[in-house]
Amino acid sequence: MIRSKRKTTAIHLLLIISVLIVCLPVLLALVISSQTETEVLAYPPKLTFSTNWVSNYTTAWQRINLGRMMFNSAFIAIMVTIGKVIMSLLAAFAFTHFDFKGKQILFFLVIVTLLLPVPVRIVALFEVVRSFGWINTYAGLIIPFWASATGTFLFIQRFKTVPSELIDASKMDGCRPMQYFFKVLLPLTKSTIGALVVIEFIYIWNQYLWPLMATNTDNMRVVQIGIKMLMNAESSNNWGVIMAGVIMTMIPPLLVFFILQESFMKGFALQSEK
Amino acid sequence: MKQAGFSSKYLPYLLLVPTFAVLIIFLFYPAFETFRLTFYKVHPYSGAEKFAGLYNLKKIFTNPDYLSSFWTSAIFAIAVIGFGLLTSLLLALLLNQNIKGAKIYRSLLIWPYALSPAIAGALFNFLFNPANGIIGYFTGIRTWMTNGSTALFVVIIAAVWKNLGYNIIFYLTALRNIPKDALEAAELDGAGPVRRFFSITFAFLSPMTFFLLVMNTTYAYFSAFGLIDVLTEGGPAESTNVLIYQLYKDFFVNSRIGYAAAESFILFMIVVLITVMQFQTTEKKVYYQ
Repeated sequence: MIRSKRKTTAIHLLLIISVLIVCLPVLLALVISSQTETEVLAYPPKLTFSTNWVSNYTTAWQRINLGRMMFNSAFIAIMVTIGKVIMSLLAAFAFTHFDFKGKQILFFLVIVTLLLPVPVRIVALFEVVRSFGWINTYAGLIIPFWASATGTFLFIQRFKTVPSELIDASKMDGCRPMQYFFKVLLPLTKSTIGALVVIEFIYIWNQYLWPLMATNTDNMRVVQIGIKMLMNAESSNNWGVIMAGVIMTMIPPLLVFFILQESFMKGFALQSEK
Repeated sequence: MKQAGFSSKYLPYLLLVPTFAVLIIFLFYPAFETFRLTFYKVHPYSGAEKFAGLYNLKKIFTNPDYLSSFWTSAIFAIAVIGFGLLTSLLLALLLNQNIKGAKIYRSLLIWPYALSPAIAGALFNFLFNPANGIIGYFTGIRTWMTNGSTALFVVIIAAVWKNLGYNIIFYLTALRNIPKDALEAAELDGAGPVRRFFSITFAFLSPMTFFLLVMNTTYAYFSAFGLIDVLTEGGPAESTNVLIYQLYKDFFVNSRIGYAAAESFILFMIVVLITVMQFQTTEKKVYYQ
């Protein structure tokens, strides 16, 4: 008994240390974002909160037009997420509830896209988007990302676990396929949708390479590029302002993550159950 | 996919139209074009093309900058994968213990998943900066970012830190799916915790480990771009210039299109190679069970 108690204490201790290490960089950023330039430069470093919050955060917000960037990032992430959820729901429905010619090949083609992340096709993707006149447009940042192998796969896994009696019963009631999709299937898929929303919102919000190439005006920049612009704009010593910007840009994806955390974990757990 | 329930001639195709429209225009066509351009010389301004066979591939593999970038990437990827998977497995095992507050610990350990590589870059830039970085102060070493090998080390630590949450989530899911009776049976047979871990837990975790191996490889090769751009810009003296950064410079800064296409092609081959390896190992695993 004593031994197991000791073991529990050891586990708690290890976990607390790990949590501290993992959280340290962001905690420190929070502390620094409250300090004036002189305090940031103090040596030995000052590791306590100060009172320069408002000044740092408003400076960061104005210096690089962060409001506009936050709007761009949010709008793009939301539109991509909606598109991906709808398209992969429809595709997964086709793959799980119908038999049709070429199903295996089409399914294979969807999965194979996992091997084609942006960097391996960037040269020609850039040309395609440019030929559409989509450089510096929302379309160029949103539409190329609408299809999703991850989403299709997640929803297929979810749909497979729905008991087939439900289809039979709905058919007896004279339910047409799309009625069944909206009335029976969709309500059962909520936590998987939640999981996909978390994955895709965070993925798009955090994207860097594509927005860097597909935009070049200040109006169309996203927050990730903003972080670097802020670091270049602020004299290299004014970390208080830079960290204030960093903290602000991490809030939206963290909100999405914490709000949908439960369905995110559930959606994943379901995925790996056979 | 045997659960077919409805029959309709056109509906399934109609449902797939949106997905395939996007896939064809923005994935398959660009991928194919990039592959084609690997074998062409392209004029940077006029866009005029001329077939050049293996010229681009030969050129990049005789370019010392590219070769050193190739090895930097390999070291970076191996370190990020090895260190990242090991740390996250240990943390997942701790989180999987039956203790009070496990959920809170879990949240506090996985949340950096929501942060971006660029943010990780900014945070670690501050921690290690030569002027007043905290780490510099506490270690007494101020040259973290000005020395090539320590800079690479910092980039690796930042990349591991950022992806820890992702790996922990998947390892936790795998740990939860280990059948309890397998562990109990082993305990009845008198196997101690260490043996139980290596004979049972480890075996059940290996499919997930292979999956994470692939995901972390693509992470190390592709997603690290934002981290590198904010933290080091490939420096000092090209010591953190990974392949994706070299590709960005060749394509976007130097407008060498054929060259960049060839570099994309090499990246693609690396991903394919690792995925094929993964499939083969997991298939064997399935037969074995």
